[in-house]
Amino acid sequence: MKDIDDDLLQQAHYWMRLTRALDDRGTFLHKQSKIVGGYFSQIGHEALSVAAALNLGPGDIIAPMHRDLGAYLVRGLTPRRILAQWLGRETGVTRGRDANLHGMGDLSLGIIGFISHLPASTGVIAGVAHGIKLKGEPRVAMCFFGDGSASQGLAHEAMNWASVFKLPMIIICENNQYAYSTPLSRQMAIEHIAQRAAGYNMPGVIVDGNDFGAVYLAVKEAVARARAGGGPTFIECKTMRMRGHAIHDNMAYVPKELLLEWEARDPIMRIEAELRARGLLDDEKLANLLARIEAELDEAQAFAEASPYPDPATLTDGVYA
Amino acid sequence: MTWDQGLHKATTILNGDQGTRELTYLEAIRAALRYEMQRDRRVLIMGEDIGVYGGAFKVTQGLIEEFGEDRVIDTPMTELAMLYAAIGMSFEGFVPVVEMQFADFISTGFDAIVQFAATNHFRWRQPVPITVRAPGGGGLRAGPFHSQSNEAWFVHTPGLKVVAPATPADAYGLLLSAIRDPNPVIYYETKYLYRSLKGMVPEGDAPVPIGQAALRRSGEELSIIAYGAMVQEALSAATELEREGHSVEVLDLRTLKPLDEAAILATARKTGKVLIVHEANRTCGVGSEVAAIIAESAFEYLDGPITRLAAPDTPVPYSPPLEDAYRPNAAKILKAARELLAY
Repeated sequence: MKDIDDDLLQQAHYWMRLTRALDDRGTFLHKQSKIVGGYFSQIGHEALSVAAALNLGPGDIIAPMHRDLGAYLVRGLTPRRILAQWLGRETGVTRGRDANLHGMGDLSLGIIGFISHLPASTGVIAGVAHGIKLKGEPRVAMCFFGDGSASQGLAHEAMNWASVFKLPMIIICENNQYAYSTPLSRQMAIEHIAQRAAGYNMPGVIVDGNDFGAVYLAVKEAVARARAGGGPTFIECKTMRMRGHAIHDNMAYVPKELLLEWEARDPIMRIEAELRARGLLDDEKLANLLARIEAELDEAQAFAEASPYPDPATLTDGVYA
Repeated sequence: MTWDQGLHKATTILNGDQGTRELTYLEAIRAALRYEMQRDRRVLIMGEDIGVYGGAFKVTQGLIEEFGEDRVIDTPMTELAMLYAAIGMSFEGFVPVVEMQFADFISTGFDAIVQFAATNHFRWRQPVPITVRAPGGGGLRAGPFHSQSNEAWFVHTPGLKVVAPATPADAYGLLLSAIRDPNPVIYYETKYLYRSLKGMVPEGDAPVPIGQAALRRSGEELSIIAYGAMVQEALSAATELEREGHSVEVLDLRTLKPLDEAAILATARKTGKVLIVHEANRTCGVGSEVAAIIAESAFEYLDGPITRLAAPDTPVPYSPPLEDAYRPNAAKILKAARELLAY
């Protein structure tokens, strides 16, 4: 994190804290049965999702997944619209049509809504990047997927496509050790998913996904290469899913020691240690920041809760454009 | 000039209505692709072996020379990535037309169509204006994996449109409409008709509206409802039945989703006897839905059982006697029609 300047570090800190606070609120609202269905924790993924998104400009396109709340926020999706989405309201991103973090697409913000069939977004982003290349514009497209979806055929097909056509595409692979209950050792016979990049003749980078600075710099290089016509980059972010697959899952299958090990590498703790070492953060400043975030989220939650549910009479609206 | 300057008013009519020309079914498809690519720079086509080679059936022959490799894209053998990429390109403002080399191979790209493309507008209101060309159907001794008629998979999926032209004019006009439609459209073209069927095709801007059936022959005693390759078979059977003194109506569905319920009900109410014919296998085929629509809304007009003539529920066989047993044709339609007329 030494190479990240003060301003950027403080900016990242805000987004990561906002991500965690909104995530805490999501968990709480689910326990209150206000969020129904599933809910997917973000803990452990804040640094990588924020770092990846902070590298992008307004014209770039991103396809985050269900643990990239930070990326949605950085791209400009407001807590109001996100909370309304989670509460199934008409004012939510999908007007109550899609669940939790799924489908939160808004091309005016450069965000593509993902589907559960991960890594579907890799193929879609390959197409976006292909379109960008055909137009000859200096923009990039970025997708996110995980260790589980790395086993899907489409991950291969999309990486192959991106490489054959030398597309301006950044592939963020969030290796959080578990796909639902399946550990990495049952997912693949290699140690690093990034090893596969060699098979597509594209750079494969491995970074500590809980280190904001490491992810930021790796993505920065990949974005610069893509903008300059150098083709796609595969970035494997090593992290850990600190909660169950979804909120119902107590993840008894994860060894306690592993969680303790990663708890000591919490991304927010680490960025705050750096900020404190630089004299940019103290207890009071942190308390003020958290209070500001809570107030912002209180307002957003009030908006969401006051928003109407979708009218059942509109059920069939929008099946066709 | 930016890549798409002026393209959003891209409904320039290039030729106007300048009469008609005789084309094969295959040539009509190529003419439609060419017309749309000339008309709208956002339209591009993708597929395996479609560029330099001109396509497995030569549908796209000559297009790479005319439009270049950025708009006629030879792809890796990767239907799933290709279909997902088409979705992504559409988000960038392109209007991709994807060729499946055979309709049979569409299953490898199934998720992209039924999970992503079909649901996208419902979920976050972003249209997916892609067209998937699916060369389907048998009769060519091509075996289980080059003969399928799998349109029912997509007819069952909300958010998709499915068309199945039976004539060169419709092959042309429905492809124009499919490309211009803001929704994902699966375009089932019939390989059997590629070179065996010729017909007059309008020049220029002559889209055939999606969702409208066409009455191919008017009659009083029996309605045959068919689509794709079976329309010609039904017309042959109807001609023979006329010689036998019967007046038979033939309705060509043309669009399988959304079905033209008004036309289906009108013909059922008119004749009171309905024979539904398709090349796809029977169970939960398009005919099942057509029969249900008639049973629900024209029951009191019926003078006989709604009858389906479809392929049996088996894979498509290779050996000629087996495929002939599998696939409906004019002779089988005649037999079923005579039984229903006598009911």
